[in-house]
Amino acid sequence: MTQEQGTIIKVAGCLIVANGMKNAKMYEVVNVSEQRLVGEVIELNGDEASIQVYEETAGIGPGEPVFLTGQTLSVELGPGLLEGIYDGIQRPLALIEKESKSAFIARGISVPGIDREKKWDFKPVVSTGDEVVEGDILGEVQETTLINHKIMVPVGMGGKVIAIHSGSKTVEEVVAEIDGDDGHKHKITMLQKWPIRNPRKDAGKRVPATPMVTGTRILDSLFPLAKGGAGCIPGPFGAGKTVTQQTVAKYCDAQVIVYVGCGERGNEMTDVLMEFPELKDPNTGEPLMKRTVLIANTSNMPVAAREASVYTGITIAEYYRDMGYSVALMADSTSRWAEAMREMSGRLEEMPGEEGYPAYLGSRTAGFYERAGAVKCLGSDGREGSLTVIGAVSPPGGDLSEPVTQNTLRVTKVFWGLDATLARRRHFPAINWLSSYTLYDDNIAGYWTKEVAEDSMEVRNTTRALLQEESKLEEIVRLVGMDALSPKERLVLETAKSIREDFLFQNAFDEVDAYTSLKKQYWMLKCILAMYHAGLEVVENEEFDFDNLKKLPVLKKVVKVKDIGEGKWDEFEALEKEVQTSIRSLK
Amino acid sequence: MQKEYKSITSIAGPLLVVEGVEGVKYEELVEVQVPGEKETRFGKVLEAAEGRALVQLFDSPQGAKTEGSKARFLGETMKLGVSADMLGRVFDGSGKPIDGHPEIIPEKRLDISGAAINPYSRDYPNDFIQTGISTIDCLNTLVRGQKLPVFSGSGLPHNRIAAQIARQAKTTDGSDFAVVFAAMGVTFEEAEFFKSEFEKTGAIEKAVLFLNTADDPVVERIAIPRLALTTAEYLAYEKEMHVLVVLTDLTNYAEALREVSAARKEVPGRRGYPGYLYTDLATIYERAGRIKGKKGSITQIPILTMPEDDITHPIPDLTGYITEGQIVMSRELHRKNIYPPADVLPSLSRLKDKGIGEGKTRADHSGVMNQLYASYARGKDVRELAVILGEAALDETDRAYMKFAEAFEDKYIRQGEHEDRDIEKSLTIGWDLLTILPREELKRVKDEHIEKYLKTK
Repeated sequence: MTQEQGTIIKVAGCLIVANGMKNAKMYEVVNVSEQRLVGEVIELNGDEASIQVYEETAGIGPGEPVFLTGQTLSVELGPGLLEGIYDGIQRPLALIEKESKSAFIARGISVPGIDREKKWDFKPVVSTGDEVVEGDILGEVQETTLINHKIMVPVGMGGKVIAIHSGSKTVEEVVAEIDGDDGHKHKITMLQKWPIRNPRKDAGKRVPATPMVTGTRILDSLFPLAKGGAGCIPGPFGAGKTVTQQTVAKYCDAQVIVYVGCGERGNEMTDVLMEFPELKDPNTGEPLMKRTVLIANTSNMPVAAREASVYTGITIAEYYRDMGYSVALMADSTSRWAEAMREMSGRLEEMPGEEGYPAYLGSRTAGFYERAGAVKCLGSDGREGSLTVIGAVSPPGGDLSEPVTQNTLRVTKVFWGLDATLARRRHFPAINWLSSYTLYDDNIAGYWTKEVAEDSMEVRNTTRALLQEESKLEEIVRLVGMDALSPKERLVLETAKSIREDFLFQNAFDEVDAYTSLKKQYWMLKCILAMYHAGLEVVENEEFDFDNLKKLPVLKKVVKVKDIGEGKWDEFEALEKEVQTSIRSLK
Repeated sequence: MQKEYKSITSIAGPLLVVEGVEGVKYEELVEVQVPGEKETRFGKVLEAAEGRALVQLFDSPQGAKTEGSKARFLGETMKLGVSADMLGRVFDGSGKPIDGHPEIIPEKRLDISGAAINPYSRDYPNDFIQTGISTIDCLNTLVRGQKLPVFSGSGLPHNRIAAQIARQAKTTDGSDFAVVFAAMGVTFEEAEFFKSEFEKTGAIEKAVLFLNTADDPVVERIAIPRLALTTAEYLAYEKEMHVLVVLTDLTNYAEALREVSAARKEVPGRRGYPGYLYTDLATIYERAGRIKGKKGSITQIPILTMPEDDITHPIPDLTGYITEGQIVMSRELHRKNIYPPADVLPSLSRLKDKGIGEGKTRADHSGVMNQLYASYARGKDVRELAVILGEAALDETDRAYMKFAEAFEDKYIRQGEHEDRDIEKSLTIGWDLLTILPREELKRVKDEHIEKYLKTK
């Protein structure tokens, strides 16, 4: 079969221009030169096409061929994705290593995203004669110990099942045949493809109503993210974006995690690659890798593939969402993705918008985050899935007014603002409790009151108010000194300090401290706030010497409140009582 | 199949346009012969279009002319001949020896841009490197395979620190160690300082120097870190050495990049630097690392001067996003006559946790590190407060913190240029300083370590 081809007329970095391309489509994948480098058509002009190449282009010159493939940039979907480690265009890194025969990435390597040899045990859930619609589940495959992979009727197909083949199959073998409504007979395999730039179809979005539990106290208790929501973590370097992202990826209660390392450090990705298979999921006790797909496109890998990597990631995430799972996608960092867009835009000589970024930065960013959501999945069983997106943003110089951060803030509802000053004081997670916000408070209030405690919203609001007041009082202290404060104000400062040091401070590298359940979070706050509530009664007396309260031995126990184990609620309750009685005794 | 063209149509800065060319490849090397000159000049293809090539000259374009000059396309990308004999030698930005000795006989010729290391094939850096400087060893530990830049400012002694690190750095297991040093756009005096410093201490035997002074061609400045890293990769992954690469000064490198970008009339990003500055810096920094199954490693210490000491300037900013931490120099400490003026609070080593602790340094390392950090931060805050309110307004604890901060700067940060403190010593000094604070303030160190190491007065 001769492949249709064009000819290169210009090479400038990762952008090449070829003519003889009148049959090329926008976003079609092409192979460049005899080395068959992967590229994608991004602009058409007469029979000339601009192509962004996902690999290094040194040594390529005009006159060399460009082969059309007829396909838009797609990912392969099917069992075998989980535990996978891919580059930005879904090539498994392990296979790249094998093909390159070196630790360095060679060019022109073509390897399938999904293992073609491996056999999966396909268990049908429909039988011959059943009517099915798009998205209906045909059968299941136990992909890993954690995830039961659902094989669905491809989008845009429906009809009567005329054959179904159970048993051990590779992803390319036919598992079902459908007599379609369109009059054609379709053979369905477990392997399906989806173009990465198109969102996968769903049957309608829902308003997110369950919190995504991360085990990180400041996130869960003060600035919760809902399952199906979108959040962003902007922060200067060294403030802990990556650590926060990784901690959430490790401990959050989503069923499937897609982690996209987009233009970040090689050593950091290696850390993830080595650590995830070792770590146990706190919710199930299985290795974390069993529910994870990793996409690693480090900063020195070709820039165009970096642009594609977030789309590759989110398409895989949507695929698992469609099965009815709750999926979380972490993109670290979306600034690198935006920069890749800027670089391509510059080479295309497009009119730049703000700071050299292309004018379509805003719409692309919005398009990406809007792919998050709690949805009713396609299919007649009415199952629901969710896709939560958390994007890290690396604003230059930590300046949040720059275009990427601003465009991101417009579309995300949760803002976890990292603060370099906190990081320098070694207060981790260095999330600023004054600038961060969430818009999901009301959505998930119901869940908290029902699952955790009746008064949990009250506890949260008091906590936030105290922290807010503390910042005001600190200003005063800075100007006139501590002595000018009334006992009540000192009580606020003391409680807020305890909230900061004993509750918000959390060590992501400590095995026990890294994860705290919602209920424990609630009780920790209860114990700390007991000091405030009981204290209020005492400090009403203007003559009260606040140092007496500070000297109470019970406060030493409050400092260690995080050491009380999970599930020991009576111990927490006892501590709360003890705090109350000892403070009241000062009256 | 090498073709010669006499069709150079324009020269702008280091850029030439050659018309009517055929079969030119991107990044290909070009030889340019100017009539009446014996030496040939070199360049590379920046843009290859049909019948037209944009060539960037490595040398100065001075004296080049469109009429009569010949351009010859060599059909290969820029390569560097490498050999273990490079140790002990000094080269310029085109890879030619400048120490008066003959050229080396290469064992291999390698492409200088290198290829990206597959993240899957990397091995995680976790072996402690002792530099003999307390602020680095104890507080911002350097590990093998890390890239840890020094953020400095004009007039600060970063060169002396770089030389001190190169001189003292050693691993605890005594394996084969080499230093590759690249200077970009430094002054003659700075270049001489390094050369003599290396010769004086005998470190030159285990070092390869690449020097490009401020008056050398700008384009060579862009090539030189890549020459250094190609040499380092060869020594590390083929000769099984642990290589420390010191690059100075990355600010000059970025300036050179901007100069060339402007000559190419590219759309500028922040402050006129090209939009691909991040990617370009990444292709340098990311060449640090370790590879599974290979004994050697590459550790990088790039040095850059922050214009106006501004850490948010694009060069330090983008660097910080790629490297695994940073050591920041402080003008304030320098004015107080403290050497090395390492500003502990904004400094950070991201990989420290993997290189310290039991079996690597000492079990109490992590605790001591966090305690010193937190206490110094508090101490500095108190000091500021005292400026406003007066010392009398401070309570006893705060006064202790202030005293601690002073002592910390004087005894811990300050050390001699030839003082090689081992990690035990650094930790001991740390514990000594902690005695200044009330014991109940020591929340970050474990009680068992307090029992063992804290000597109460």
